[in-house]
Amino acid sequence: MSAPVLLDVRNLSVKFPMARSRMGLGPRRSLNAVSDVSMRVAAGETVGLVGESGSGKSTFGRAILRLGELTRGEVLLDGQDMARARGEDLARLRRETAMIFQDPYGSLNPRLTVRQAIGEVLHVHGKKGAAGRDARIVELLELVGLDATLMDRRPGDLSGGQCQRIGIARALAIEPRLIVADECVAALDVSIQGQIINLLMELGQRMHLGMIFIAHDLAMVRRLCDRIAVMYLGRIVEEGPTEQVFKAPRHPYTRSLIEAIPEIDPARMLPSAPLPGEPPSPVNLPEGCAFHPRCPLARSECRTAVPPFVGGAHRAACILAPGGRLNEVGENLPETTPATPTERIETC
Amino acid sequence: MTDAPILTVNNLSVAYEGGGTSHTIIDGVSFTLRRGEILGIVGESGSGKSMTCRALMRLLPSSRLRVTGGSVWLEDGRDVLSLSQGELTQVRGRRIGMIFQNPASHLDPVMSIGRQIAESIRHHRKIGRKEAWARMLDILRQVGIPDPESRANAYTHEFSGGMRQRAMIAVALACDPDILIADEPTTALDVTVQAQILRLLQQLRDERGLSIIFITHDLGVVYQLCDTVAVMYAGRLCEYGAMHEVIHRPRHHYTAGLVACQPGSEGGTGRVHTIPGQPPSPGDMPPGCRFHPRCGAADALCAARQPPLRETHEGHACACHHPVGIEAEAEA
Ligand SMILES: Nc1ncnc2c1ncn2[C@@H]1O[C@H](COP(=O)(O)OP(=O)(O)OP(=O)(O)O)[C@@H](O)[C@H]1O
Ligand SMILES: Nc1ncnc2c1ncn2[C@@H]1O[C@H](COP(=O)(O)OP(=O)(O)OP(=O)(O)O)[C@@H](O)[C@H]1O
Ligand code: SF4
Ligand SMILES: [Mg+2]
Ligand SMILES: [Mg+2]
Repeated sequence: MSAPVLLDVRNLSVKFPMARSRMGLGPRRSLNAVSDVSMRVAAGETVGLVGESGSGKSTFGRAILRLGELTRGEVLLDGQDMARARGEDLARLRRETAMIFQDPYGSLNPRLTVRQAIGEVLHVHGKKGAAGRDARIVELLELVGLDATLMDRRPGDLSGGQCQRIGIARALAIEPRLIVADECVAALDVSIQGQIINLLMELGQRMHLGMIFIAHDLAMVRRLCDRIAVMYLGRIVEEGPTEQVFKAPRHPYTRSLIEAIPEIDPARMLPSAPLPGEPPSPVNLPEGCAFHPRCPLARSECRTAVPPFVGGAHRAACILAPGGRLNEVGENLPETTPATPTERIETC
Repeated sequence: MTDAPILTVNNLSVAYEGGGTSHTIIDGVSFTLRRGEILGIVGESGSGKSMTCRALMRLLPSSRLRVTGGSVWLEDGRDVLSLSQGELTQVRGRRIGMIFQNPASHLDPVMSIGRQIAESIRHHRKIGRKEAWARMLDILRQVGIPDPESRANAYTHEFSGGMRQRAMIAVALACDPDILIADEPTTALDVTVQAQILRLLQQLRDERGLSIIFITHDLGVVYQLCDTVAVMYAGRLCEYGAMHEVIHRPRHHYTAGLVACQPGSEGGTGRVHTIPGQPPSPGDMPPGCRFHPRCGAADALCAARQPPLRETHEGHACACHHPVGIEAEAEA
């Protein structure tokens, strides 16, 4: 890619210590929320981060902006490692990045009015003198489709979608170079979602904004993002240019996700059991490929080792993905489990 | 679905009064919910979907908000709006379960998730601690929380957005209600978990006759789940009818716009289609049809007179002076 790399995350891991089991006698365990995740974002590029609920997307987003824990790894912003930055370096990170939080109510101070909440950001970042501030606030509210009459309301007097848009306005007020948008349109109706998506696209191009767009709405991700990364249980399992991933997913989890998109189409009713079995726990990660207990294509090899990424710009961590150990010449992920030579002999 | 209405909402209105001003937030909303019916409520952000559901359970979030009219009949003929506090408490957990839009503020931050659910079960039913704990684990498993035995001891802040939402669903289902009011219960869930929850709800409907009001922005979810749909715009119902009718033959211009905004499965790049203009703000509603400033078919009549909600076809009502497709059909 020709655009300069804005963000380069290398081998990031986040672990949360867990309380000992109820009697306080059990071993000290930890929860692997993010394991060894690498990701690059170029200036002007939007990367979609999708995946299982609880797979570590928000934890990852918070960690790279240093708003949450970080156990291991590097986070290079313009080549400078921010993972352990302090003082002036950390201040630069705060000036140049912004996060739109997943929980719109929780991330707003309930005592501040909309005017104060946005004004505070403008003030801290020295964006406007007190005189121009109100005008800028109105402008920001307009950008996210809110009426200036809401200025003196507090979060408790706003609807879910209105709160969410205050969160977006606060992020835009910083005029950042990198935004992590965590489910930023989930509470909005489709028309306003569209407005926000159009706005983000425009800003991306005009201001060369890099963005990580965390979302469950795959149709929106497909529309907005240049590339997409799919997370399962703390790891990225597939990554590639958006259209390629949607048209020919290379990881079985991605395929299950795409099949579970609710569509207005009588020919595409939801599968009755999208993923069989129980979701595994991040406290006791399964051996080998973490998806194998639920994978429709799983085979004995999947249990032994974490599959490495295979492929180029479009890559997946699966031994059945094109280029993987069991599909070295294949072009696509197989539809059904192919038998290995030994299994074939056994069944004969 | 049977014909017996389990909940009848009639002309429900809510007003905001404070700071010397007063304005209507919900304006005469009526609908019925039958046993085993799944009703979807869609509509623009801020149109009053959450407020309608809160009002009908008498759970308005602020003292400045007041129900100014209407009735909410239960199956047994009682009006929720005139129940005593004691009766109301009983109706709430036991008959009607509610999943709130913002789970974080309805879960207790200092009590483990498991205990909260177990206590709410014990609050409504006379069963022992152990049994309640077992039932809680069972429900957590049903809503797809991995490894519930160890995760039940976690606190709200240790749960991901989607896990909180599922905990909220578990709280609402724990007491086996007859009616479930679910305010955007799947927005934080990935699509496979969402599909699992939608199936669970359908199963509860089929097996136990659970009736559900499901607020969502996702017309795909409506299509996969609901029997009927109500569409809200600026505090009013603008369309109401059988799901296939409303989605395939929207009559109100706002609904038609919403359906057209659906990003569709084929992808495509570039700007997303949106409905031009902005929704009106509650203190400053346009006269006549509240959608008229944004409507392509609006004329002088639309600007002057409020269109009543009336049936255009059997089981399909719409509040519009010039419903989409009606004249064309009449001529043909
Ligand atoms: N502060 C914390 N303490 C302990 N565990 C945590 C903490 N924060 C998150 N976790 C756990 O880390 C895992 C990843 O959580 P995270 O919020 O990143 O998921 P997510 O991918 O954003 O999910 P969702 O789509 O549901 O929002 C979850 O199992 C969650 O319970
Ligand atoms: N406590 C309050 N005091 C005054 N007005 C309020 C209060 N809470 C909400 N409102 C207003 O009432 C209207 C309806 O809000 P409601 O939360 O019902 O919307 P909604 O349809 O659920 O929207 P969303 O899809 O964004 O959640 C909004 O315009 C909102 O600003
Ligand atoms: S009543 Fe008029 S303005 Fe309202 S939707 Fe119908 S045509 Fe449009
Ligand atoms: Mg999250
Ligand atoms: Mg709402």
